[in-house]
Amino acid sequence: MSKNNPIKALVNGLITENPTFVLMLGMCPTLAVTTSAINGLGMGLTTTAVLVLSNLMISLLRKVIPDGVRIPAFIVVIATFVTVIQLLLQGYIPSLYESLGIYIPLIVVNCIILGRAEAFASKNNAFLSIFDGIGMGLGFTIGLTLIGIVRELLGTGCVFSVRVLPQAYEPLTIFILAPGAFFVLAFLTALLNKIKMKQGKPTGKTGNCDSLCEHCSVEGCSGRSISVEVTGGDK
Amino acid sequence: MNENINVSASPHIRNKLNTSMIMFMVIIALLPATLFGIYNFGIRAALIVFVCIVGAVASEFIYEKLMKLPVTIGDLSAVVTGLLLALNLPSSIPWWIALLGSVFAIIIVKMLFGGIGQNFMNPALGARCFLLICFTARMTNFTYDGVSTATPLAVLKSGGSVNAWDMLTGFIPGTIGETSVIAILIGAIILFIFGIIDGKIPFAYIITFVLFLILFADQGRDPYYLTCQLCGGGLMLGAFFMATDYATSPITDSGKILYGICLGIMTGIFRVFSSSAEGVSYAIIFCNLLVPLIENITLPKCFGKGGEA
Repeated sequence: MSKNNPIKALVNGLITENPTFVLMLGMCPTLAVTTSAINGLGMGLTTTAVLVLSNLMISLLRKVIPDGVRIPAFIVVIATFVTVIQLLLQGYIPSLYESLGIYIPLIVVNCIILGRAEAFASKNNAFLSIFDGIGMGLGFTIGLTLIGIVRELLGTGCVFSVRVLPQAYEPLTIFILAPGAFFVLAFLTALLNKIKMKQGKPTGKTGNCDSLCEHCSVEGCSGRSISVEVTGGDK
Repeated sequence: MNENINVSASPHIRNKLNTSMIMFMVIIALLPATLFGIYNFGIRAALIVFVCIVGAVASEFIYEKLMKLPVTIGDLSAVVTGLLLALNLPSSIPWWIALLGSVFAIIIVKMLFGGIGQNFMNPALGARCFLLICFTARMTNFTYDGVSTATPLAVLKSGGSVNAWDMLTGFIPGTIGETSVIAILIGAIILFIFGIIDGKIPFAYIITFVLFLILFADQGRDPYYLTCQLCGGGLMLGAFFMATDYATSPITDSGKILYGICLGIMTGIFRVFSSSAEGVSYAIIFCNLLVPLIENITLPKCFGKGGEA
């Protein structure tokens, strides 16, 4: 699987390794700020902006940063961009700044951003890193917006503050509280896994292997399928 | 060869009692409280009970059909869950909320975690707390004789006086099944006689709760106040029918006592120090989460292992 073209990097972030539903990274903002669709979208786009900029900067600096201090260096770069974005939000979109609150400065410690810096930007050129940042960021945005839409719909009857369900609908308040975030995340992840399974993407053929372990290429099995068959028979 | 010597693999002691029999006994034991609830709150209570039971059984059946699992509604556990949920709802609740609650209890709390015996939390109480958070106003709106009134516990909390005799017999506002202590105790005695439940959990629970009140409540030394606290709210229903749920209570003897003590302390904290008057359901589902830990520390050592290391 070569990730050497920008389209692949985009698709990777959006679908194959979607940070919210597949990698399960950045759960803190995912669960905390998605009380409404607009908050989810705002948080996602803010993170995307930081991610693209920090990916670009770290990729450009990757030859200069010594290996031993790379994490502090990454954090300084990320924190700089977060501060810039925070001030911009405060100045131009104060309402979003208010509703996201503490979670804007906390983008610094969002594991997606540090994770992509470590796993991708520090090993690839600037051009690819930008696309990886866009893909991952948009994947995160889509995840957060979806969760936000479902929570807002069930919890208040609106989507993006526009009333969708009839007035007679009695909102299930729990969905805009913390437990609702877990319910919605779990159900959306399960739904996406179901869709993926339908598409028939092989996830490794553990369970029914017919070759010996030495010649087997399936990872993560460690001979378990074989040993179950052998020991299961004689006792 | 002596015919009395039978060589076989364990288990050697078998009992005719099976899951559906146990569940049937629990239903029988809940009947006094249910019938009294219907008598006390009128035909509407019967409708809620009916909706909850049908909702619970139907959602278990539909889930198992959709997931191509063996259908287990024959073990009657869904009926018990639905009935317990209904007994924990006020009679004025709209029927669709009751239905939503029973679907939540079965699908989310029970089936998604693996069905009967695998649920980490009492399904009926999980659903009650879900509804309590979703529809706080409707769930705490108790009408009695057509008038919206406060429950005796709420009156007690705000410093008013209540009639302990009414609380014992059950002619008070509250959820459908919790009001009559006498009806609940009749059911509890049935469970004890047939050996369905073990006394350790309910008695450890109630004794700890009383001790907690004596130590920490302002009027805790007043016997009348203690009686009202014992008879009020869901304490009796919770202690005998919901804290003793097999799947969500410890299996070890010392664990059961520890679990009862935790329940008593939590209920006491909720009733004395929190802003709400009642806290039995939150206390029970909170302690349900502690059960794996309790079992871990109370597991007996294997013979020949442990001891002086």
